[in-house]
Amino acid sequence: MLKIEDNRAWFLILPVFLLVAFNAVIPLMTVVNYSLQDIFGPGQRAFIGVEWFRETLRDPAIHAAFLRQILFSGLVLAIEIPLGVAIALTLPRGGWKASAAIVLVAIPLLIPFNVVGMIWQVYARPEIGFLGQVVNALGIPFNYTGDPLSAWVTILMMDAWHWTPLVILLAYAGLCSIPEPYYQAARIDGASRWAVFRYIELPKLNGVLTIAFLLRFMDSFMIYTEPYVVTGGGPGSSTTFLSIRLVNMAVGQFDLGPAAAFSLVYFLVILLFSYVFYTILQRAGRA
Amino acid sequence: MAEITVSNLRHSYDGDLSDPARLALKGIDHVWRDGGAYALLGPSGCGKSSMLNIISGLVRPTAGRVLFDGRDVTELGPEQRNIAQVFQFPVLYDTMTVEQNLAFPLRNRRVDPGRITRRVREVAEMLDLGPMLGRRAAGLGAAEKQKISLGRGLVREDVAAILFDEPLTVIDPQVKFDLRRKLRLVHETLGLTLVYVTHDQSEALTFADQVVVMSEGEVVQVGTPEELYERPGHTFVGHFIGSPGMNFLPCALEGGRIVFDGGSLPAPRGLAARPGGALVLGIRPHGLGPATDEAEAVPARLIDVEDRGAFRIAEIAIGGNRLRMRVGERDWLPADGLRVAFRPEATLLYANDRLLEDAHA
Repeated sequence: MLKIEDNRAWFLILPVFLLVAFNAVIPLMTVVNYSLQDIFGPGQRAFIGVEWFRETLRDPAIHAAFLRQILFSGLVLAIEIPLGVAIALTLPRGGWKASAAIVLVAIPLLIPFNVVGMIWQVYARPEIGFLGQVVNALGIPFNYTGDPLSAWVTILMMDAWHWTPLVILLAYAGLCSIPEPYYQAARIDGASRWAVFRYIELPKLNGVLTIAFLLRFMDSFMIYTEPYVVTGGGPGSSTTFLSIRLVNMAVGQFDLGPAAAFSLVYFLVILLFSYVFYTILQRAGRA
Repeated sequence: MAEITVSNLRHSYDGDLSDPARLALKGIDHVWRDGGAYALLGPSGCGKSSMLNIISGLVRPTAGRVLFDGRDVTELGPEQRNIAQVFQFPVLYDTMTVEQNLAFPLRNRRVDPGRITRRVREVAEMLDLGPMLGRRAAGLGAAEKQKISLGRGLVREDVAAILFDEPLTVIDPQVKFDLRRKLRLVHETLGLTLVYVTHDQSEALTFADQVVVMSEGEVVQVGTPEELYERPGHTFVGHFIGSPGMNFLPCALEGGRIVFDGGSLPAPRGLAARPGGALVLGIRPHGLGPATDEAEAVPARLIDVEDRGAFRIAEIAIGGNRLRMRVGERDWLPADGLRVAFRPEATLLYANDRLLEDAHA
């Protein structure tokens, strides 16, 4: 076969190449660059190898934030996935009721993140917020600025309010795509409501739930804005998640080197977890 | 097993019976005899699937009753009717093995596990699914999947009837033949009542003892495949069954002869009263032939000849009417002066689209 040498191909992919370079590769390489140096000020820097990485992996504050982050993501997934599927099952299918339900469900997804934080910051305040007042009136002490448990409950409720709709929409789309004869056959086979869910709906939702699980994992593992607005990472450091810790290092303390190393580790951890979850969920779908 | 009766069945999907033209089913009375193999044949939208879903209980009729062996089941859901239904596309429980799929209807009815195992083996044996019982149902081919759907119906020993809704649509032609034969075999072995919905006439005619032809929400004829072919009770049946369909010529009775544009034939002797309504003469393409020297032949003009392999279809014009005539491969057709004979026993008369009985021309 005659092979045609034509270097114009490189020229043709240049625009994409530049785009990717400027918005992904170059910024990322800057971070890599910082993570290997100690920066004292403009023009004053020293190459120090993997020292910042070593420090990141040994930092007890980061360890604590990491465990907190895992607990938070675990709770988010445990609450939002089953809740989202349960709500999707109860939504009407077809007609104006379905359209109305979808719009109502989707509203929280349309609100900017810091506004969501503001809403809950006010809503849960013990002295002026409706939620805070009601809970305290019931005799349950609730104050997210002083009590870590209250802070966690507030942030989890906020996240569930904000993001369960995404799971609902995905699960609802999955449910709507199940052809009617499956339900008809199940009726003829005498299947109970539970059996219909277990053997028809759940297997057919496998694909969308994998996506919902991964999206909710990644987003909750990176969460920053909403808890930052509500608690600022407090009380103490009880709601200081990884990204809040990272911003404190990079912007608050201006430790660019350690923050860069931390960022890279953070990124790799999310990538690794997502890969592992994806593999496990795919296996579970096939088995 | 059961005899299924539908009486005065009317159905409208919006529940409004006031406009008869918009009904999916327009007052159907029919008895599906116990152990019969029926095909329910008709074009898309004729109401055949509605009828099937009403029998199985998936759809509740707006008016009318459904009886199983004389017991009124109109208000009962499908799970209480002991009916099995096979759908157009294979419906399987993807996460289960073939064995679990077959056992599912029995497990739901809390049948003793020992009996389930035995019954599943029997059915798998009958449908040649034995070797794949342990495999996951999701990975199988369309034909096997349809067999599993059928098997889920057969495992229930008390099943009243098996309903098929165009079950061979997604099956390859060669496999279709095997599957249809299997179905006949199962029917003969178990003596179940089968109702088979299809829009494919060859499928209906080869499968069924009795074919129920539907059109626009009404049953237009019930009969054996032969009856439907030889003596269509309605012009729709003549037109729908057969390839090409029946020829129709608008005609009138004058002085003891059937007169139509371009010719006339002697009127049938048995025609008692003078029928009212629009009169039409119907004849199958094989009822026509080039005349040798019969007196009662009609002059025609040859337009086109189409080769169909073992025979040919000649398109001819008699007056202003276009007709199709079936001729043998070796029959000689004159380009000029063609005369066409109408075989008397194949010449039928229709008044208002209904066959005039005892009216052979």
